[in-house]
This record gives sequence, C-alpha cells and structure tokens, in this order.
Amino acid sequence: MIAFKLAYKNLMGAGLRTLLIVFVLSLAYVLIVYMNGLYQGWDRQARIESIAWEVGDGQYWHEDYDPYDAMTLSDAHAPLPAELEASASEGKAVPILVTQATMYPEGRMMGALLRGIDTRQRILSLPTEQLDPDSEEITAIVGTRLAKAAGIQTGDYLLVRWRDVHGTFDATEVKIAGIFKTTVPAVDMGQIWIPLKKLQELTGMPGEATLVVMDESPEEGTSIAGWEFKGHDYLFKELEEMIKTKSVGGSIFYIIILALALLAVFDTQVLSIFRRQREIGTYIAMGMTRKEVVGIFTVEGGMHAILAVILGAAYGFPLLLWTQKSGIKMPEGTDDFGMAAAEHMYPYYSLGLVVGSMILVMLATTLVSYMPSRKISKMNPNDAIRGKIQ
Amino acid sequence: MKNGSIITIENLVKSFPIGGGEFTALNGITLDFEKGEFSGIVGPSGSGKTTLLNILGSLDSPSKGQTNVLGTDSSAMNPKVAATLRKKHIGFIFQTYNLMPVYTVYENVEFPLLLLKIPASERKKAVLEALEWVGLTDKIKSKPPMLSGGESQRVAIARAMVKKPDLVLADEPTANLDAENSHHILQTMEKLNKDLQTTFVFATHDEKVIGYLRRIIRLEDGAVVSDENVKKQEP
Repeated sequence: MIAFKLAYKNLMGAGLRTLLIVFVLSLAYVLIVYMNGLYQGWDRQARIESIAWEVGDGQYWHEDYDPYDAMTLSDAHAPLPAELEASASEGKAVPILVTQATMYPEGRMMGALLRGIDTRQRILSLPTEQLDPDSEEITAIVGTRLAKAAGIQTGDYLLVRWRDVHGTFDATEVKIAGIFKTTVPAVDMGQIWIPLKKLQELTGMPGEATLVVMDESPEEGTSIAGWEFKGHDYLFKELEEMIKTKSVGGSIFYIIILALALLAVFDTQVLSIFRRQREIGTYIAMGMTRKEVVGIFTVEGGMHAILAVILGAAYGFPLLLWTQKSGIKMPEGTDDFGMAAAEHMYPYYSLGLVVGSMILVMLATTLVSYMPSRKISKMNPNDAIRGKIQ
Repeated sequence: MKNGSIITIENLVKSFPIGGGEFTALNGITLDFEKGEFSGIVGPSGSGKTTLLNILGSLDSPSKGQTNVLGTDSSAMNPKVAATLRKKHIGFIFQTYNLMPVYTVYENVEFPLLLLKIPASERKKAVLEALEWVGLTDKIKSKPPMLSGGESQRVAIARAMVKKPDLVLADEPTANLDAENSHHILQTMEKLNKDLQTTFVFATHDEKVIGYLRRIIRLEDGAVVSDENVKKQEP
C-alpha cells in the first residue's frame, strides 16, 4: 500500500512527463484492443457468414473428396447413405453433388465447378428457391463475383460442358435464374449452382452426392461408412490461419507503439533512480530493505500502466464502442483475397481481450520498470544518503 | 554488554578497499553508550565519525571487532534484521534533511509509522504530537521545497522522533543551517532527549553542536583520542 501511495505521489509530482508516458502507453493499450478486436470481429463475422452460406453445422464428405484437388471429384461421389437420406428428407441435411465443368461465357473458356443442390433446402442462405428442378431448362444461380468475371446477367444462357460418370463429355446451356451476393467467396467464385436432380441426371449419378451439409453436427462417435464428418474445427482451420497471419502483420504496428512507451518508462526509471539516490538511501535508513525499495520503484514504473489503462478506458471505451456499433467499412474486393469479409467489419471486443491486453501492458511495463530498479540492490546506502552518484 | 548500555563496541575496525590496497577508516574503537545520552563523535573531516555512525545505525558492518546495538549483535546482523532494527528503534537525521519532496510535511513525518503499520488514528495523533515538539503544526500541508533550511531540519527531527526510537543518529545536523536555526534545532533535540529519554549520538565538527553535548568522543584518523563527559550547568 505504501508503495502504491508513494508511487502515485511521485508520478503526479513528475507532471507532464508522466502524462506523456501514460498517454503513449494508453495509446498502445487501446490499439492492441482495437486491432485484436478487429481480427476477432473478422473471425467471428467470417465464421457466422461461412456457417450461413457454406458449412452449416459441419459437413459429411465422401471419403475421396478433397476440395483442393479437383482431380478427385470424378471419384468423390456415392449414393447417399440411408441415415443422410433420412436427414435430408427431414430438412436437416443438404446433399451437394460436385463435378468439374467448363463454361463458355461470350465465347471464352473458364473453369468452374457445377454444384447440384436440393432446391428445397433452408439450411444455407443460398437462394436455391430461384432454381426450378422441374423445368425443361436447366436453371442456375451464381454469385456476383462469377457473374462479373464471366459478364453474365440474370436471364442469360451460359454454355457449360462436363463429364458424366463414364468420363464422356457433354454440354448444354443453363439459364441464369438469379445472381446472389455473398461475403463468402467459396460459394461464389467459379461455382455454378443447379438443382441436384438435374446434375445427377446430367452426370448419370442418380441419388448420389459429394458432400452433405448438416443442420446439426452428429453426436460424437457416429460414423457412416464411406463418409467422414468434418466439424467446424477442421473447416475453419484455414480461415483461422489466414486471420492469424494477418493479425501478426497488424500487431507489428502496436508492438512499435508499445515498445516506444516501454522505452519511455525504462528511460524514466533510469533517470529516476539516478536522480533519487538520496531518497533511496533515506528509505533504507528508515528501515526498508533494498528489496522493498526495488519494489517501490517497480510499482512506480508499473503504475504508469495502471494510469494508462484508466486513461485508455476514458477515451478508448467510447471510441471502441462506436467502432463496434457502426463497424468499419472495408475496401471493396477485400473478400477477393479468399476469405469471407463483409462490407462493414464489426470489431468484437471480448472481456478476455480487454483484460488480457491490460495484463500484457501491465506485465511489460512492470518488467521494464523492474530491470533498472535492480540497480538499487547494488547501491551503498551510505553513499546513496549523501546523493553520491553510483 | 555493560549494565545500562544500549550500544557496545569492542575493537571495531572498518576498512575499505582502495585501488589495490586498503584504507582503514576506523581502527580499534571500543565504546559504550548508555540510554539517554546526548553525546557526539567529534573530529575533523575524514576522521571516521560518519563511518562509525553508519555502523551504529546498522547501515554498514564492521570489518573486524564486535558491536551490539540495542541488543542486536553485529554477528547476527543480516540485511533484514538490520532493516527491522532501524525501522523500529533508530531514527536518522541527515545534514541534507533528506525529506521526500513530493510528500507534505505531515506525510514525511508519517512515513516511519506507515512502515511500522501503525493504525491511521494513532498515526495522526503521533504525527501531530511530533510536529508540535518541533513547532511546525502550521506547516503540515507544506511540501519540503516550500520550507526554509531550519524548518526542513525540524521536519527531519520530527520524522526521526515520531516513532519514539531508542536511538537517534544525527550526522552533521547543523551543517547547512545558520547559527539561529542551529541553536533552535539543538534546543529542540536537547528537550526531546530529556523528555523522552532518547539517546542522541551526533557526528559533528560544528562548535555550536559541541556546546550542547554532554559527552564528547574525539576521533582522529579512525581512533578515539578522548572521551569525556561534560558537566553542564543547569539553567
């Protein structure tokens, strides 16, 4: 308690110097919370959007399915097992058949994936109700990215070529029944969605699917022969790694600010110990051990962090709250990098983030304050009392 | 330790390494101090008086010989024991006052009681009493930079006396003061010595201080050359 009281008095006595250090430290604190909040918000938003548009509560994949190897698609399909068939008919699962295709918009040739999906599904946000499974024509929906890249509009006809189950090429025109806007590139770029039954007919794979999106993940231990369940842990691994990579880049910025603030704290401590030798000697003469005096100076330096947190809360709290409510407009095309990104990013500041950042700043400041304070333990108190430079 | 002695020193030697050799600051000192003494270690600069005072105050340790300060033997003196001894039983008064600049007069005087973890109400009573002894009750909210040299030293006396220690060690307490202030603070210390039976040991070469001492120990080149009791006339 004495240490805190004394530290507070000394810091107040230092006036402008304290204010500057505390301000820079608070800036570092607010930036750490902001930047991490932004990445947490992005992660959270991307997960929510991906769940809504692509992954549901997990997916069953045919055992040969590898989304990163298009060559596996010719083998990665099988009739739906009875359990999944039952779930699909109850609306708790969406079977999707995937096959490689080539499209020819305006005479150009572009690679694509034809995806057959049950038009009655309500698990994913894809507007599959725009698809007509009973029409003579093959109706298709595509995302805005593909539409833009291929120069197609609703009502256009698009020539598509694919190989059936026997490897025979076939081609037909599909009618673009709708163009949807999504923040999830994986369901948009190079993806043509048509009714499942139509694709099964075109490929000669009746009743078959490549993957099944689940409304609820199955109980642990449930296994279906020939199919593997992929939960969120697996499906979001790539997203998490991408965000982690981005957050490392972003953290360089606040590490520089924090380093500057810590340098100022360190410098102040060194100066303080140099200038206040007489005071240090007096503490020892009055009955404090050197260890206790080191403690006082460490607390004093560490208290910069406490004041920084208070100051940071004073201006940072309304600022962060505002960014959380109004969001941050992302530059157009951010989601073209391959991860879900909405037009507005809403940072998410969890309690753990705020408290964790607070602890980080406090620990770093205390450590930096402690380092020069150790010099006190080597001081000769008799010389210190007389203010003799040591 | 002799009966009535609160400090015993036997064959004390203190030497410091200098360059490749050694400098002996104190050489074979043997002394006793009794409770309630108002004594001084007197000598020219470099005679070893401050070194002796530091050893008495457990701020330094002897190179050879034995000391026993308030029942604590030098052989048992580790940093923690020494700190406890100073905290509970010894008050210091320095030539340069050594007040804490960011603290008010009240807080400076209160500091030793905070270290002793005395409850707030008792602290307040003791601080006001100590400030009354030195006549500074009107300055409790002032900070050291606003005080004169005499006032600062009176605050330092109040700080040393507030815990009612058994021993007060004063190193050249009047060196930075004019004659009037010197007499004022010496009279204050003399009165406290009589009223509270606190033992005062000075290190000084100031004739004004020497005039107040009841025992004068003269040091020269680290050795005691005389130790005399001065009979004072009662006013």
